[in-house]
This record gives sequence, C-alpha cells and structure tokens, in this order.
Amino acid sequence: MTEAFIYDHVRTPRGRGKPDGSLHEVTPVELITQVLAALRDRNELDTSRVDDIVMGVVHTQGEQGANPARIGAINAGYDLSAPGKQLNRFCASGLEAVNSASAQVMSGMSDLCIGGGLESMSRIPMSTVGGAMAVDPQVAYGSYFVPQGISADLIASKEGFSREDVDSYSVESQARASNARDNGYFDHSIMPVKDQLGETLLDHDECIRTGTTVDDLAKLKPSFVDMGANFGFDSIAIQRYPEVERIEHVHHAGNSSVIVDGAASVLVGTKEVGQELGLKPKAKIVGFASTGSEPTIMLTGPAPSARKVLKRCGMSKDDIDLFELNEAFAAVVLKYMKEMDIAHEQINVNGGAIAMGHPLGATGAMVLGTLIDELERRDLNTGLVNLCIGGGMGTSTIVERV
Amino acid sequence: MSSTVTMDVDHDGIAVLTIDVKDKPMNVITADFDQDLGQCLESVISDEKIIGAVITSAKNDFMAGADLKSMLPALRGLSDKSDVVEKVIASNQTMRKMETCGKPFVAAINGTALGGGLELTLACHYRIAVDRPDAVLGLPEVMVGLLPGGGGTQRLPRLIGVQAALELMTQGKHLKPLQAKGLGIVNELASKEELINKAKAWIKDKGDAVQPWDKKGFKVPGGLDANKVGTIQTFSVVNALVAKNTNHNYPAPISIVSCVYEGCQIPIDSGLRIEAKYFVELLTGQVAGNMIRSLFINKQSADKLRARPEGVEKSKVTTLGMLGAGMMGSGIALVSARAGMNVVLLDSTDEQAAKGKEYTEKFLEKRVARKKMSSDDAAAMLDRIKVTTDYNDLESCELIIEAVFEDREIKAGVTQATEAVIAESAIFASNTSTLPISGLAEASKRPKSFIGLHFFSPVERMPLVEVILGKETSDEALARALDYVQQIKKTPIVVNDSRGFFTSRVFSMACNEANTMLTEGVSPALIENAARHAGYPVGPLAVQDETSIELGYKIHLQTMEDMGDAYKPASGWEVSAKLVELERLGKKYGKGFYDYPEGAKKRLWPGLADLFPVSDQQPDVEEVKSRLMTIQALDAYRCLEEHVLMSPDDGDIGSILGWGFPPWSGGVFSYIDTVGIEKFVERCDDYSQRLGERFTVPDSLREKANNKESFYSD
Repeated sequence: MTEAFIYDHVRTPRGRGKPDGSLHEVTPVELITQVLAALRDRNELDTSRVDDIVMGVVHTQGEQGANPARIGAINAGYDLSAPGKQLNRFCASGLEAVNSASAQVMSGMSDLCIGGGLESMSRIPMSTVGGAMAVDPQVAYGSYFVPQGISADLIASKEGFSREDVDSYSVESQARASNARDNGYFDHSIMPVKDQLGETLLDHDECIRTGTTVDDLAKLKPSFVDMGANFGFDSIAIQRYPEVERIEHVHHAGNSSVIVDGAASVLVGTKEVGQELGLKPKAKIVGFASTGSEPTIMLTGPAPSARKVLKRCGMSKDDIDLFELNEAFAAVVLKYMKEMDIAHEQINVNGGAIAMGHPLGATGAMVLGTLIDELERRDLNTGLVNLCIGGGMGTSTIVERV
Repeated sequence: MSSTVTMDVDHDGIAVLTIDVKDKPMNVITADFDQDLGQCLESVISDEKIIGAVITSAKNDFMAGADLKSMLPALRGLSDKSDVVEKVIASNQTMRKMETCGKPFVAAINGTALGGGLELTLACHYRIAVDRPDAVLGLPEVMVGLLPGGGGTQRLPRLIGVQAALELMTQGKHLKPLQAKGLGIVNELASKEELINKAKAWIKDKGDAVQPWDKKGFKVPGGLDANKVGTIQTFSVVNALVAKNTNHNYPAPISIVSCVYEGCQIPIDSGLRIEAKYFVELLTGQVAGNMIRSLFINKQSADKLRARPEGVEKSKVTTLGMLGAGMMGSGIALVSARAGMNVVLLDSTDEQAAKGKEYTEKFLEKRVARKKMSSDDAAAMLDRIKVTTDYNDLESCELIIEAVFEDREIKAGVTQATEAVIAESAIFASNTSTLPISGLAEASKRPKSFIGLHFFSPVERMPLVEVILGKETSDEALARALDYVQQIKKTPIVVNDSRGFFTSRVFSMACNEANTMLTEGVSPALIENAARHAGYPVGPLAVQDETSIELGYKIHLQTMEDMGDAYKPASGWEVSAKLVELERLGKKYGKGFYDYPEGAKKRLWPGLADLFPVSDQQPDVEEVKSRLMTIQALDAYRCLEEHVLMSPDDGDIGSILGWGFPPWSGGVFSYIDTVGIEKFVERCDDYSQRLGERFTVPDSLREKANNKESFYSD
C-alpha cells in the first residue's frame, strides 16, 4: 500500500458563530476559498497536480450547499483540473475528508489530495436544519432520538460526572487554550481571514475566555433542563437507559463546544509527489477508522473507533503520545478518558472546542493540524485524533511524525 | 333502496341525505352504510336537477365512528393486508368523490359526531353544527389504538393546521360545538330548528363545491414544509412528546403524526393512500385488538351490566347511607351526590362527618372556578349530602356502604347499628379492600343482602368498582348493587369472595415481585423505570410509598395471624419489614422507598443500596418488565381457576381500570394471549426454576398451552 504523508495544514481562526462574530460577514465559500488559497500560496503548490479536494460540510443547504469544495477551488483560482466533492459525517466531517483524501492516495489512485472542511454556523444556524433524524416521526420515534445536549447529560448521569467535574475540565480547557495561543502554538496553522480590501478581519480564535474559573462556570444555568423535562427528551433517554434514575443536567454554554465559523484544509500526498514538488512531509497517516454506536447516547463512539483503528494498525493506546478528542461536551471527554484510561495530561493538551469552538464540518481537520504541530513542538511521535458524531458514530485517525 | 340513508329532494333541487342506521342506538359506519351512501352520491351526481346535498341524521346524534364490533373483526379477518388496504381505500374514495364531484355538500351536524362520523363531515364542503351543550365532536380513534382512517389525518390538518390537528388526533380530544367552531372545524353554529334551512341556504347562496385543498396554490394552514424551521420544530417536539407519553408501547399516536408529516407534504390523494396503510398496520396489530376488545367492547358490555342476574326489577338508589367519612367514604359520597342521589354521610363525630362533606365542597369549588359547573348546580349537589352521627338518619336509605376502619370488630359494630334502623329491603355493602366478605357478613342479620363494593382511590377519578359476592349474597343484592354502580357511571366487575378478592390480591403481586428483586440486588431505578416503561402508571416502589408501606406490612401480619401455619410469607416480605423497622413508612410520612425533599421531586432513597446492595450484574430491562406483568397475569389465572374471577374479560377490565395494568396489553389475560400462551408458560417455567415457585404454572394452564388454546378467539 502507498503511504500517505501530510505536507501542510492550514486553518482560519474560529470566529464567534453569531451575527456579532468577526467572520459572520464572510460567506462560507469565501472561508474555504481563502484557506485553499493559503495552502497553495505558502507551499507554492502547482494546483494542476491536485487530484481531488474533499471537504466536510455538515449543513449543506443554501450558500453552504452544492459542493463548496469544487466551488471554493474555482473561486480560489485553482487549476480547473482540480475536482472537488463534499462529504458529511456530521461532526467528524473534517477528519473524514482528510481520511478520504488519504485513502485515495493510499489506494494508489491519487498522488496529491486536499482534505478539510468548513462551516459557517453564524450564517447557517443549526436550528434551521432538518433532516430525518429528529423530524421524521418514524425515524425519531423508532431510534429514540434525543438532541446532543441531552445525550451529553445522559453520559454524565450514567457515569456519575458531577457539575463540578465537567466544569473543572472546562476551566482547564480554557487555560490550556489561552496558554497555547499566547505562546504561539497555533501560529503555524492559523491564517488570517481578510476582507475585500485585504484588511484582516480575524487572526486569532476569538472565543477563548482567559482566566475562567470554576466559580464563574458555576453561575451558568444548565442548558437542557427545559428541553429534557418539557419536550420529553429526558424520558426518552431513560427509556433507552433504564438504569438511570434521572438525567442530571450538567452541561451549559461554558462546558460545551462554542458555536463558531471556520474552515481548514490539509495537504496529503505520496512520498514521490512531495519530493517532486519540493514539499517536506510533517507526518504520516498510520490509519483511520469509523464506527457506529448507540444513537441515543450518541456521543460514546470515539472510544470504540479508537480501539478499532489501534487494532487495525496493530497498536495499543500506550503507543500513542498525545490524544485529541473534540470537546463537543465536557462529559464526552471525561467518559473517553475513563473508558480508555488516559490521563488528562495526555489529551487535548492545548484545549479544545470548549474554549475555541467547533465549526462542525471543519473541526476534524483543524484538530488534526493542532495535534501535528504539538507533536512537533514536544518532539513526540504518535498522535490519535478522535471525534464524537451525531447519530452515534466515532471517527479516529492515527498520525506519526516523519 | 337504501336502508341506512334516505334521500329527499326539495323544489330547489337540494337533496337531503338523512342517515338512520336501524337497530343501532347511534349511527355507526357499517358496510351497508358505505354502500348506501355511495348510491345516494351517484344519484346526486347523475341527477341534473340536483344542485347540492345536505347530510344529516335522523337520530338524536349525527354519527359515531366505525362499528367496531362488527366491522373490525371482518376487516381483521381478511387474510392479506393489501386486501384490507384496498378495502379502506375504496371506502375513502366515496368521500373523495363526494368532495370532488362539483356539487356542494353540507354536513348538518345535529348532535355528536365522532370518529368516522366527523370524518364524513370533513369531506363535505361546509359544516354547520347544532350548538348543543351535550354534543361532542372529535377523532378519538387513538383511544382504542387506531387512527382516523377515513381521511381524518389528511383533511383535519389541511383544514385547521398541523399543530391543532395533531393535538386533537393524538389525544383523541372531544370538543364542544363552540370549540370546534373556534378551531375552524365547524363553519357555522345553528339551533336545531334552523339547521337544515341554514344548510340549504349556504348551498343556494355560496355553494363552493371545491375543497380548499383542491384549490390551486393551496397551503396547509401554518405551513408544512420539511425544509422550514417551523415544521422542523413542530415535529421534533411532537415526536418526542409522543415517545414520552407512550413509552413506545402504543403505535397509534406516532402513526397519526407520520400520516400528517408524510401525507400533508404531498397532494391529498397520495396522502389518503399513506393514511390507509398506517391504518391497516394498526388495525392488524395486536395493540389495537387488545384495546378494542378490553377498553371498548368488553368495557361497554360490563357497563351495560352483563353480569346482572335476570329477573330482578331495575332499581335506583335515591338515598345512600355512607358509613365513615374518611378518604373513601368522602369520595363515594361525592360520586353518589354527583349522580343525583341523596347521601347520608355518617361518622362518629360531627367534625369527622363535616370533614367528609368538605371534600365534595372543595371539589365543587374547583369545578365552578374552572367553569365546568354552574354555582347553582354545585350548591344543589352539595345540599344532597347530609352529615350526621345518628344512625336513625339512615332509615330511608336503600343502600348502605360501609367504609370504616379495616377492623373486623369495628365493622361488625357499625353493621349491627345500621341494621337496627334500616328497612328490611335495604342492601348493605362493605368497601373493604382485603377482608373476606363472607366473614364480615357473619356480623349481619341478613347475609343475603350483604355484598362487597370495593372502590378505588381517589374515588372520583378511578373508574372501577369491584363487586364481591359473599357466600350468601342474593341475586337481588347483586342486581341492585350493579344498578347503583351504573348509576354512578362506573364500570363494575363481579368477583367471588377471597382474601384480597381479585384486584388487591393480584395488584400486590407486582409489589412483592419488585421487593423480591430488591433483595436479589436489582437496581431500584431499573425496577421503577421498567414498570413505567412497561406501561404501569407508577413504579411498584412508588406505589407502595403512596398506599403506605405500613399498610402492606399490616396486611401481611393480619394474614399471618388469620392463616396461622398455612401462611407462607411472600418472597419479598422482608423488604417492607425492614422499612417499617426504619420507620420509612411511606409518602404520608415523608419517607419510604423514596425521599420527598421539600420543593423538589421525590428521589429514590440512596440508603436502599445499603439495605439491599445493588449487584454488578443487572437483568435486562425486558426481564424486569416481564416479571412484573407475568406474575400478575399468572396470579390472575389462578383467580380464574379458583373462581374468584368468573371470566377473563373481568380480569382484563379489572386489571386495567383497577390498578393500571398496562392498557396496551388489553389486561392480564389478553397479555397472556399477546405473549402467546405457550411462550408464557415457557417463561413461567424458566422463572419458577430461576426465581422461585411463585411462578409455578397450574396444570390447567399448562394443558391449555399444550392444546394451543387462547383466552380470546378474535
């Protein structure tokens, strides 16, 4: 099998995903356009060599729909021979896009691909998104659908994570993210987003709340109490998990991922194409895997997907130096650490989405880049990236520095 | 010539189609009616002189729904589901033809219109209803596990919008004509006299013969578009509430939601086909069969006093004597006064007796405040209750009900004091919940007139009365007791005397099973959730807290004393013993299996885990559900075998209405049929081996299983 190497990765900063966010005025396709342009420019890439561009997008309607991978490439002035496609594995779309790009390389059918993703959550809000999962009566009823926040609270209730547990985790995420930003750990991967006149709109993750304390978070009201009690979702969760006496609602805006806008891309290719184009590989894709898990609790897929990829690669979790698991909700990470027996010192070492945000389709590609940069900074070798996913799934990728 | 619909055409060319289904107290949809309506429709269409038609009824009410008794078994009998679908679609096509034939149809709704009756009016172009306070309109099919299969799920949302239609159909709500007008179901209200003229006038003056949904550019009121936020939110919430409220036990509500969701996004003809398929799926499923059998057909027959002995003249209680003004006595006084009886409410002190009457007063205050009753009617009803401490005031009572403390001697005392004053012909009933009636009757001078009337708490809400025959109870006493139960509009079941009769005895089996599970290390949350998810109204631990753990324990002690060496303590008895020892006596005392923190929801007492450590290996929730239902069904069968119960129907009705045995199952015996008798026996054998001999299968049940018999053959 051909080996797939990561040559570069670049991302936008994450802007608050609300009308007052700095990236709200930027169209989704413009976000990915600028990322693709940056990836090309900083590598002096001959885009006629690009065999495919794969972009993860979760909410594919309106201006964010109809294949922004291809449209973004045209818009960025890529060679017209570079095709593009969009894919959707919900919250892991960005990582899945890199995996899919890598798979093309590893299969020998492509030499050079770009994987990545985008999401403008300020322009295409989650509340406007339908789909069958929650809306089609047969589907929602038959699958015991509950919204993710309820799933996260279910995890906490089932595992006995207290409000203080999840809040403490989140305070640490803020501290780590602040530290990483202040010390320039993200500088390599972030490119500023600019406006029509070339002025910078945003050049840093704008949601980090430096100095957040447990006391600060203790003041926040849990977000899913009403939804759970008045709309019946607590009952549905307990119907699926009858060992749980009641759902303890511990998640709120301060210990869940922030809603943001952003885009990212990762350049993947064979050893040969790198040599030919004068690119220096940063890391190698060791393996990747996705799994399905029970959809009501929804967010417990990461550990099985990690075990699956480790097994496939003949590795154990002790072979991994650093882990990244998207901080969709604090309880998701706590559950993963418990199940996988991983110390907090080894995971999400530069914070995560609780501090910086989770631009759904883009996050996987962003987090992969963060991990590679950190392995390099610490001079470690192996990392595993992992995301929990709507509908009950998990996606994992193992990378190794070269 | 039509036999169920007559047609008269007036000089203006307006046809009046009058529905009169003979031999039925109310018009119901039968195969004949379908055919007759179809014929009349053809005449209206083909006769050029006819310009439009009014549909009305010759009876006091407009029309109820399908004739479940005759029509459903026939449909269910068809071998192939697709045959049934075609039949349903064909019957719907008559109505579709009516609304698209180009001539206007008006429904002149002279009284109640329910189910298929209301659906027929929805296929008319205009609806006028008589504004009668006793008339109701609605689509209640969901109550028997079905959906409105006559186009209701398609026309109602197109008429009044998705949300309002879903609420009506998933809850089976009844509306007064005025409310129906407010929602836009009815276009106009009229008096009885002006009804037909108003209907004719509309045909002459307006007569728009095109339904809104057949007009170009039609949109469902409020919109229905799976790409729009409003629709997304509406259905996300409705789906969840249905899942919550049904615990996934009842397929009808979500099928209704699906019919609306899938059918109203596309043209109505396709929507009607979708509805027909969901309808047939429900019709041929077990839940609807169970609910129709137990909650409709058999309940109706119990309400009509199927069990009443022949040859006893119909009786009516004008004055009831109520002994004891405690919780039960107060409630019985209330429902009797509500039914128009005079009540003499007797207790040992004036204060206690007055307190009993206060119960009705408070109840009436609420009714008046909620405008459910006029203050005059309320005052008159309250006046009918007379409180006293003097037995002489009982003299004119035709029926006495005793609800004093559960103690033989006290009961004997009041029995004798009462019999000293009442007429020779009066009936004496005891509302004991556990003490055998024949034993209590020993205190009576005339045990033939002595009977048990076991009410449930709260009396004004619980629909069942368990009528218990003592050894000597006469036919007349039974007939008159049943007449009384009918008078207060409750459903009776008649059982033979035994400790705990049927309901108390079998009900307690699930409590004991739950307690036994605790001793085995099953998690209390799992037990409580499993019971609720199975469809019980409350968990077995919560229910013991409600009825008082102390009471259960006392019954245990009393039974032990009564039975002596023959008494075998129930498998879970130590649980209540331990809680009583710790003074955790139940909700009334603020602690039991649960803690009752002030201002917060009750929580399972964490200390339970110390008394009964939760084991690492928990059973599957399905087994917990099954244990609770199986032990009750099995004991109900023993009641049948011991002739405590006289028929499976009584067991089914009594179990659902008495203690909330999951209604989807159709009751304890229908549950055995639903599981399958062979599988049921197999399951009991497995449990009896693993869990204890309380699951031992009686030989006669095993024989039934071997012969592949079922309790019901429909």
